[in-house]
Amino acid sequence: MELPQVEHVRRRRCDSTASVPQFCNSPTMIVTVGLPARGKTYISKKLTRYLNWIGVPTKVFNVGQYRREAVQTYENFEFFRSDNEEAMRIRKACAAAALRDVATYLTKEQGQVAVFDATNTTRERRAVIISFAKERGYKVFFVESICDDPDIIAENIKQVKFGSPDYVDRDADEAMQDFIQRIECYKANYVPIDDEKDRKLSYIKIFNVGSRYLVNRVQDHIQSRIVYYLMNIHVTPRSIYLSRHGESELNLVGRIGGDSGLSPRGNKYAKALAAFIKGQNISELKVWTSHMKRTIQTAEALGVQYEQWKALNEIDAGVCEELTYEEIQENFTEEFAMRDQDKYRYRYPKGESYEDLVHRLEPVIMELERQENVLVICHQAIMRCLLAYFLDKPADELPYLRCPLHTVLKLTPLAYGCKSEHFFLNIEAVNTHRERPANVDVNRKAEDALQTVPEHI
Amino acid sequence: MKDPSPSAQLRGERPSVAAAAAAASSSSTSASTPPGAGMEDKAQASPATPRELTQNPLKKIWMPCKNGLPENYISQRKVCMTNCPTLIVTVGLPARGKTYISKKLTRYLNWIGVPTREFNVGQYRREYVKIYESFEFFRPDNEEGLKIRQQCASEALNDVRQYLTDEGGQVAVFDATNTTRERRETIIQFAEHNGFKVFFVESVCEDPDVIQENIVQVKLGSPDYTNCNTEEAVEDFMKRIQCYENSYETLDEALDRDLSYIKIMDVGRRYLVNRVLDHVQSRIVYYLMNIHITPRSIYLCRHGESELNVKGRIGGDSGLSARGKEFAKYLSQFIQAQGISDLKVWTSQMKRTIQTAEALNVPYEQWKVLNEIDAGVCEEMMYEEIQDHYPLEFALRDQDKYRYRYPKGESYEDLVQRLEPVIMELERQENVLVVCHQAVMRCLLAYFLDKTAEELPYLKCPLHTVLKLTPVAYGCKVESICLNVDAVNTHREKPENVHVSRMSAEALLTVPAHQ
Repeated sequence: MELPQVEHVRRRRCDSTASVPQFCNSPTMIVTVGLPARGKTYISKKLTRYLNWIGVPTKVFNVGQYRREAVQTYENFEFFRSDNEEAMRIRKACAAAALRDVATYLTKEQGQVAVFDATNTTRERRAVIISFAKERGYKVFFVESICDDPDIIAENIKQVKFGSPDYVDRDADEAMQDFIQRIECYKANYVPIDDEKDRKLSYIKIFNVGSRYLVNRVQDHIQSRIVYYLMNIHVTPRSIYLSRHGESELNLVGRIGGDSGLSPRGNKYAKALAAFIKGQNISELKVWTSHMKRTIQTAEALGVQYEQWKALNEIDAGVCEELTYEEIQENFTEEFAMRDQDKYRYRYPKGESYEDLVHRLEPVIMELERQENVLVICHQAIMRCLLAYFLDKPADELPYLRCPLHTVLKLTPLAYGCKSEHFFLNIEAVNTHRERPANVDVNRKAEDALQTVPEHI
Repeated sequence: MKDPSPSAQLRGERPSVAAAAAAASSSSTSASTPPGAGMEDKAQASPATPRELTQNPLKKIWMPCKNGLPENYISQRKVCMTNCPTLIVTVGLPARGKTYISKKLTRYLNWIGVPTREFNVGQYRREYVKIYESFEFFRPDNEEGLKIRQQCASEALNDVRQYLTDEGGQVAVFDATNTTRERRETIIQFAEHNGFKVFFVESVCEDPDVIQENIVQVKLGSPDYTNCNTEEAVEDFMKRIQCYENSYETLDEALDRDLSYIKIMDVGRRYLVNRVLDHVQSRIVYYLMNIHITPRSIYLCRHGESELNVKGRIGGDSGLSARGKEFAKYLSQFIQAQGISDLKVWTSQMKRTIQTAEALNVPYEQWKVLNEIDAGVCEEMMYEEIQDHYPLEFALRDQDKYRYRYPKGESYEDLVQRLEPVIMELERQENVLVVCHQAVMRCLLAYFLDKTAEELPYLKCPLHTVLKLTPVAYGCKVESICLNVDAVNTHREKPENVHVSRMSAEALLTVPAHQ
């Protein structure tokens, strides 16, 4: 029988090196509900990015994608008419195919959460999904987006629909007209989740991009986190600036960690940063630093109010604090190799891992989501973690993201992702980026281990 | 022992008292800038030279200084980032859990560092009208009663204003029925006039069982009903509720769409959240959505006695002593005897708690955030050694044990921040056993028993003793179960002399005995 096997798989999944319990119970399906252009895909992608970043394996299944693969060319809105039998058959088949893939992901591929992104606007369709989930022991959580503000909808269409493969050869007006007709096709049969009839379901209804929420029957930890996240995100345009502290005295001599002050070049960078920020003309910029001297010294040069977050402190290298890589190789050879083998999960003795950092930084991310324009002055490992969240980088890439000194990264949310712009402020600094060497075996020679160490005094 | 740093050791350096003293009194290294330069620049966009930084000796926080003294306090990341204070206003018929929510919320906010106080209008009424006669006081046609109640509400609001404006309060919880739009409008105007944000918390419940249970749990014990028997009290209270029912105007999606509020329906089955304005409100909503009233118990205990405990050394990651292992066995028996349904077991990621949990032979989850407080450079030292090598630090710690941060380590204040997700999950869960450490257990206990920051670091959490916490009425019942396995005492009381110039003997007066 299937059940015992599933249990066994699940227990294995719970063996984790993470610093927080994984709260593994049944896999969860998040099911979007709403008319077109209500932000379902935006929410799906963002939520997936967040859950993956905090370590919950999550994947989006966008039924529109399946439809595009089935019907190579999109003609016009007539495809979505409710009396178009041929199309209805295709759309049903696409939904079924997507559900099959959900099952594969959750049951066979160690997925924890599957986001089923489609309109799901009829009770009938939702009933199909509920019974599908029940059969397999998945929990279901609905996320319905309701919006009647025509401006928001129009903006939405402009931002994401025009770029869609469906409208690649149309001009803006044509596309807009067609899409509006498409929405009409769904409107007639749209039955929102009903507060009375659906009172046994678990769901959140988001009204008008977050001015109001209705939350019903949150079942467990992960649903509670999802609700909290969804209630904190917004779509107001803004930019997030990420930068490291200016070059520090320990940076110069190739030592990691510690709490040293800025080098002369680092001080120059701080001033250059102040000029840069002024030039950007940002309204109401919040500035955040860590508790370490070098980020605070950098912020001081800006001459504005800043907040210190202990959570933004650099990764704790434990027994390796203030050592050079050469010294680590000499005194902790095995540790050094293990770190190269799995830099994300590797925890310094009496220190932290990148994985620990991510959990430490979760409140920072949550607050970044709430805020608007923010400049975060932090450290190499920290910046890598934050960047991985915004640019959706997986755990194995995260520890090798390039975050050089004296470079500001400007992130601006755009469509379904993030635009990133680099600004090198033209003040020389040491390179602190150590690539993964070719040989990560514990028995490697010192030269092999130290091959990728950047230069220093 | 966590030495100053391995690199320092390699260079032959030793931890020195001088370094600590230097950090405490003088400004930072670069002598090029005369102290005071760059101070004038609040008006200018950016100062000519960056301000000097000094590290606050207690909390180890870098701040700008002038003449060696800390300057304009740069804001530390506090939970509450609102500039203006917040007024939380409860709404709901009697026996809907408003006071329960108010007290719990207040406890939580204070624990995470947001100065909060509740103002229960019923209290004011009881002080005014010494003796409660009957529900007739609450009849809508009782003019005398109405006048008094209005008066009490005003007085309470007055105290709110004082708390938020003059006494450094950040959040005030105004606990009353506030069931009419008119009354709420008055409060809104009051808040606007004083520059407070308003957030309503409405509790709506029609389940007669819940209401009955509520009345039994908290109303029967109320000062209003001390001289009544149960039936009389329940009857009177039901009539009291009726007095409010006719004029009750619930928060309306349309009419009240510009207000910020959360409506809790059926004890948390459903929530309606409208216009959350800022960080504090967002945290409040998250908290309210995670609490429940299902009966359950939380068991707190430390790991069994460890080898370092025996030697009188703090921190580290040692294993259990023989007696510690004995305790683990007894703990297992105890837990089994309790017959707890569906018990979750949590440990830290340190060997001694995991060894303890292993003896229970049930699945357990490890939380890194349950790790003991990081004593930084003092890790694995005895108190005598700390006094010897870091007498200044040792004295500072005795002066303000809650805020004191070990060099390269943590403070109790840091612990509370790091434990917040544990508290949130404890609220969500039902029966849980948390096997942790002394400082961590003190923080968790302080949350459940509403202890202040001053009391927290001195709460008694001896080894080999289990604390069973059971929520009851508005608080928590505590049962202390000593499992009768001997262990060293690890509790060091605050000595009389906390001055930096004290003698060693005075500093070490309260150190518990050890090998």
